[in-house]
Amino acid sequence: MFRALEFALRPGGALVLAGRNGAGKTSLLRLMAGLLPPADGTLEWNAAPLDPDAHRARLRYVGHADALKAALTVRENLSFWSAFDGGGDVDAALAGFGLSAQAEAPARFLSAGQRRRTALARLLLAPRALWLLDEPGASLDAAGTETLSRAIEAHRAKGGMVVLSAHGTPPLAGYDTLDIDALSMSTS
Amino acid sequence: MSAFAALLRRDLRLTLRNGGDALMVVAFFIVAGALFPFGVGAEPAVLARIAPGLVWVMALLSVLLSLDRLFQSDYEDGSLDQILLSPQPLTLAVAAKIAAHWLVTAVPLMIAAPVLALLLSLDPALLPPLLLGMLLGTPTLAILGAIGAALSLGARRGGVLLSLLVLPLYIPVLVFGAGAVAAAAAGEPFQAPLMALGAFLLAALALGPWAAAASLRQAAQ
Repeated sequence: MFRALEFALRPGGALVLAGRNGAGKTSLLRLMAGLLPPADGTLEWNAAPLDPDAHRARLRYVGHADALKAALTVRENLSFWSAFDGGGDVDAALAGFGLSAQAEAPARFLSAGQRRRTALARLLLAPRALWLLDEPGASLDAAGTETLSRAIEAHRAKGGMVVLSAHGTPPLAGYDTLDIDALSMSTS
Repeated sequence: MSAFAALLRRDLRLTLRNGGDALMVVAFFIVAGALFPFGVGAEPAVLARIAPGLVWVMALLSVLLSLDRLFQSDYEDGSLDQILLSPQPLTLAVAAKIAAHWLVTAVPLMIAAPVLALLLSLDPALLPPLLLGMLLGTPTLAILGAIGAALSLGARRGGVLLSLLVLPLYIPVLVFGAGAVAAAAAGEPFQAPLMALGAFLLAALALGPWAAAASLRQAAQ
């Protein structure tokens, strides 16, 4: 799908993946998450080959699918991920993405934007060093995008890293862009 | 362990909220089993003779019927990716899903089995070996089924593929499950077939979750 791709990310860094539809942004994110094995080449963490178990404990991945159960309420969905996956304050995460009012609503009644917020609220559970976000701004309104960009800034201020794919302007300031079509890096 | 409990609780709660699914499996078990007297005739002696095998075959098919949704919804809504990416051991998550599946399908089947057995004129004295056999055999069915469900995940017409993968593996459980009842009917001790079922269960417990977990990782690629 792509070859000769080389990039590095520093603490507090942000990398935006750009490219046409089908360029491989999602595949690259899944590869970085460890869901896909690379056909060739290596992924490294602190200049050492990636240990899959340790890697899983330091990343959060928000893909296209929201990983919500329609029959459970917003709070139940988030509480499950908190209990299953390392803990974290569910109420704070709900409040962080402006979902406190919808907390007791079954996820089947949410709008696309609210579903997205609920998926993103997982980021605010127990902190992880690396966020991998696949078009996180999709279906978010202006206020939601603002919330997301504040969450990313707070994460980066604590030394966290973020890789996200985006069409158009990504919701953050000061980032590197990796254009998969052109295989080029740029900083903005 | 808290991850195991969290996933088990979530799956049980989801089944309770979508209550129809579990009831449908039990209804299939009873209704399909009750067709046999119409097919083979209502002769009690004939029915009583074939009842143990029929109840077991219907139990296998009912478990099979419910298997395709074991991982499918998690696969479709992205939850499976999150489960795979969690630092929790995947085998533990798979074990939790199998346990939840067994509780919501096999336990209702065991409750319904005496009804079907009596409809088929099985001697009530043979219910203990039937139910003990189901208690030991159905977890094996759920574990083997989970391997098949994980292998056929994402495949076109996965349900048919799943049946072809899993049904041959169910034969030993069927043989010894029905064999225990047949032994009891002949007045012989039925401990040996039950012990064989127990042995299958231990082997399935030891190997099944690992095999299913490996297949799930493959399916997510």
